Amino acid sequence: MSILLVAEHNNATLNPVTRNVLAAAQAIGGDITVLVAGAGCGAVAEAAAALPGVAKVLCADAAVYGNHLAENVAPLIAEAAAGHSHVLCAHSTNGKNIMPRVAALLDVNMVSDIIAVEGEDTFKRPFYAGNAIATVKSSDAVKVVTVRHTAFDATAETGGSAAVEALASAHDAGVSSFVSEEIVKLDRPELTAARVIVSGGRGMGSGENFKILEGVADKLNAAMGASRAAVDAGFVPNDMQVGQTGKIVAPELYIAVGISGAIQHLAGMKDSKVIVAINKDEDAPIFQVADYGLVADLFQAVPELESKI
Amino acid sequence: MKVLVAIKRVIDYNVKVRVKADNTDVDLTNVKMAVNPFCEIAIEEAVRLKESGQATEVVAVAVGPSNCQEQLRTALALGADRAILVETDGFAQPLSVAKLLKGVYDQEQPGLVIFGKQSIDADNNQTGQMFAALAALGQGTFASKVEIAGDTVNVTREVDGGLQTVALKAPAVVTTDLRLNEPRYASLPNIMKAKKKPLDVLTPEALGVEVKATIETLRVEAPAERQGGVKVDSVDALVDKLKNEAKVI
Repeated sequence: MSILLVAEHNNATLNPVTRNVLAAAQAIGGDITVLVAGAGCGAVAEAAAALPGVAKVLCADAAVYGNHLAENVAPLIAEAAAGHSHVLCAHSTNGKNIMPRVAALLDVNMVSDIIAVEGEDTFKRPFYAGNAIATVKSSDAVKVVTVRHTAFDATAETGGSAAVEALASAHDAGVSSFVSEEIVKLDRPELTAARVIVSGGRGMGSGENFKILEGVADKLNAAMGASRAAVDAGFVPNDMQVGQTGKIVAPELYIAVGISGAIQHLAGMKDSKVIVAINKDEDAPIFQVADYGLVADLFQAVPELESKI
Repeated sequence: MKVLVAIKRVIDYNVKVRVKADNTDVDLTNVKMAVNPFCEIAIEEAVRLKESGQATEVVAVAVGPSNCQEQLRTALALGADRAILVETDGFAQPLSVAKLLKGVYDQEQPGLVIFGKQSIDADNNQTGQMFAALAALGQGTFASKVEIAGDTVNVTREVDGGLQTVALKAPAVVTTDLRLNEPRYASLPNIMKAKKKPLDVLTPEALGVEVKATIETLRVEAPAERQGGVKVDSVDALVDKLKNEAKVI
């Protein structure tokens, strides 16, 4: 077996989720080659080469890959997949965008969002918003798989010393171009990598009221999240959404404020180590999964919590 | 510009799914079915393009068993002009669905194809991207804004950490995210009118596509239940638990 692992990065640094995907690759077994596609991404390739258990790093450094446009990157990955039994990538917005395109170019189906490796061709994945877990077996010649990073413990950052090989290919499909990007610059950790997350739901009442969560988040160096209801109501942007159709998180501490606990939300956070719920409705389903529940008016409890931690 | 909207029949999002006792699948007997919520957003976007004069015709297409006609009628009631069902036994896997839709695309020659980003049953998030690859089109996935300017489709995408805008050459593919729009409800007169709108049924054979399944489901189980904990009666008690029992702060 031979696995091609597509690295997640922003051209400057290797995204830590790559190490969770590497853990999934090691669970499958076989030689592991990491593909870094980007522009000016040499440092990322070096970081990938230092990962433990990586046999080789392929680096496709070209302007056309700089913004990870699926139309350009997918043919590169499909080409690099030749001779490999598996192609793995994180189930990030990038992975979700690119990998189905790779699968179609290889004329195979794809297994999305795996949470366990049961064998070289058999995986577990959640569906129905996490209400059911399927064990699926792929008979495709190449297994194209995206990995839920929270389900696998990250490998170490160093320990390997793979050779970096440059790939000369530069595919430009000519059907898409990058226009602009608004990446929210946060003083806080990223949602999917945070040790602590403070999330607000419809109970927050307005986007303005999310400010009261910031104090708690600042003190705990936490990322801020939200339920789909809060996003739907327009309180906060979609990139804050935790849930089956948003981000899947598993921090050490998850504080859910004014979140009722719809299944769609629980599917995105129930693997958190410790869950705290603050809600004035004592029958809210969130209390059924919370380790510590506080039935209280959030507008009193949250400022009090901020002052006491 | 003609707009093709691909939709899927799924379990209604309000229904709590249960795993069958024999662990072969989830139990869909007698449950309410509906248009996949992300596909409703796709229909809405297409209809708005028509209402604003940018689209000339909206064609809804579904791949699945004959009862998908119900969801196509819903799409017609929401404003689609006509509908196409590619009838298959059960639901095909994403690559086959993408190939069948490519067949429909070749016949219809639309300027824009809109998908929901994922179905709430399989949660694959694959079909739109696979279709775009097969048709060699640009894709704007997880869209929160779509603007058409001549032969260019500008799509603002919801990505990890923020928003990205890409310019696609038409014809192009868009997959919808939550914030793109808020779908309307079908009015009774429109539901009545929808019954008279054309709905064609095609077969995979007619499109020259062999439907193949390469992913086998071996077992379906309910997720491990998380045990609920305790309720605390004050913020002080909560802070104490977090500090001394859970030791997370």
